[in-house]
Amino acid sequence: MAMRVGVLAVQGAYQAHAARLKLLGAEPVLVRSAAELNDIRGIILPGGESTTMLRFLARDQLLQALTDFAAEHPVLGTCAGLILLAREVEPQQQSLGLLNVSVQRNAYGRQLDSAIIKGSTALSGGPLEMVFIRAPAITHVGDGVTVLAERDNQPVLVQQGHLLGCAFHPELSQDTRVHQLFLEGMGRGI
Amino acid sequence: MVATIPSNISRDERMRLKIGLAEMLKGGVIMDVCTAEQARIAEAAGATAVMALERVPAQIRAEGGVARMANPRLIQEIMEVSSIPVMAKARIGHFAEAQVLQSLGVDFIDESEVLTPADEVHHIDKHHFDTPFVCGARDIGEALRRVAEGAAMIRTKGEAGTGDVVHAVKHMRQIMADIQRVTSLREDELYVAARDYRVPVELLQQVAREGKLPVPNFSAGGIATPADAALMRSLGAEAIFVGSGIFMSDGYTYAPREEAEQRARAIVRACTHYDDPEIVAACSAECTGAMKGLAVAALEQHQWLQGRGE
Repeated sequence: MAMRVGVLAVQGAYQAHAARLKLLGAEPVLVRSAAELNDIRGIILPGGESTTMLRFLARDQLLQALTDFAAEHPVLGTCAGLILLAREVEPQQQSLGLLNVSVQRNAYGRQLDSAIIKGSTALSGGPLEMVFIRAPAITHVGDGVTVLAERDNQPVLVQQGHLLGCAFHPELSQDTRVHQLFLEGMGRGI
Repeated sequence: MVATIPSNISRDERMRLKIGLAEMLKGGVIMDVCTAEQARIAEAAGATAVMALERVPAQIRAEGGVARMANPRLIQEIMEVSSIPVMAKARIGHFAEAQVLQSLGVDFIDESEVLTPADEVHHIDKHHFDTPFVCGARDIGEALRRVAEGAAMIRTKGEAGTGDVVHAVKHMRQIMADIQRVTSLREDELYVAARDYRVPVELLQQVAREGKLPVPNFSAGGIATPADAALMRSLGAEAIFVGSGIFMSDGYTYAPREEAEQRARAIVRACTHYDDPEIVAACSAECTGAMKGLAVAALEQHQWLQGRGE
């Protein structure tokens, strides 16, 4: 049976992530409430607007439910999802605080600064195509965090145990390696 | 702000970036704002983007006159206080206004029938811009003509500034029915359909293959309540625009701040939980008052904005 993997679907690129999961043989489950966290093996926090997502998380007790879930399950946070995962956010805003990094919102600029870049990565298979859209920057990497890809010597893909954080949009890339890495982690269990 | 996208990137890559931002807005609410203060309220309420303009459609309709691009000073003020994407409107065919908006660094340009058209024949050649465009449509022909010109997002036209959802519904149903029809055509029938719809056959073939528009499909034009948002999402809208419905009581009067905040929060929540009637009910109950509105059926056809730019 296909692995059931959640995608937070308050708002944002959840359809693109769901399509990518399907392509890789997993079964995407759209998550809008705490009850929907039952019976999934991991979750993707997609890109979108972190301010919008936070309003929903705070109101629906999802913040606590996601924190509890992430203690025991793999999580992939991309762009706004990375901001939700980060321990520290600039300018200051609430977050799950699980991934030991500092993140600066919109650090790579507005839409006119959005770009598709081939960057170096520790993942096997050569340079990684990375789609940056009004992207946040990882400004500080704390203990226990491994850098898996960089843009101009700045970390853009990081891993801390079963948590993956990504400043770009793997769901919009032709490269499927980030999702594969996430699914492999889930297959192993934590 | 100066564009930093190298000009040698392919049209294909540029289109991916434009559609990429539209993807980020799915499931959310884009709100019309006329002041920096309204932009703050919209962001705090959970808007995914704001549309900066001088007068909302209800005011334009009430006051008349030529409606143009907003003053760049106002747009910049709104950009300064917003951490979410900022959109702004250019007149149909007015590529000089669009160039101004791009030079300001806005994140999306709405080539909008709400403003007075600047060209009765041509739309803007949107492929020539790094800034993505959204355009209105009433059927698949209009939608795909705009996509052919480079639009990265389509929204229903509806009838802006009325607070009456009836034509947003009509246009979304039409577009969805058109898509359904196209997917049922034989390959050799697509050529004739492309001729009839006046669109490139390649785009029609793509719709037939994928069962959806080549770009995200949003809704606008008369959405005023949480239930309106839920209705449009249920009919297939991937996100919604709310214009006059949040900050206006009617074409001349702003709603009290607290009412506007309630409506903004409620519409955002209903848009995400559109398929859960209990939540939509709770959102509706949270609102005091709604835009008084203008029934579209009571308008003469020459008063419609939706006929502008086919």
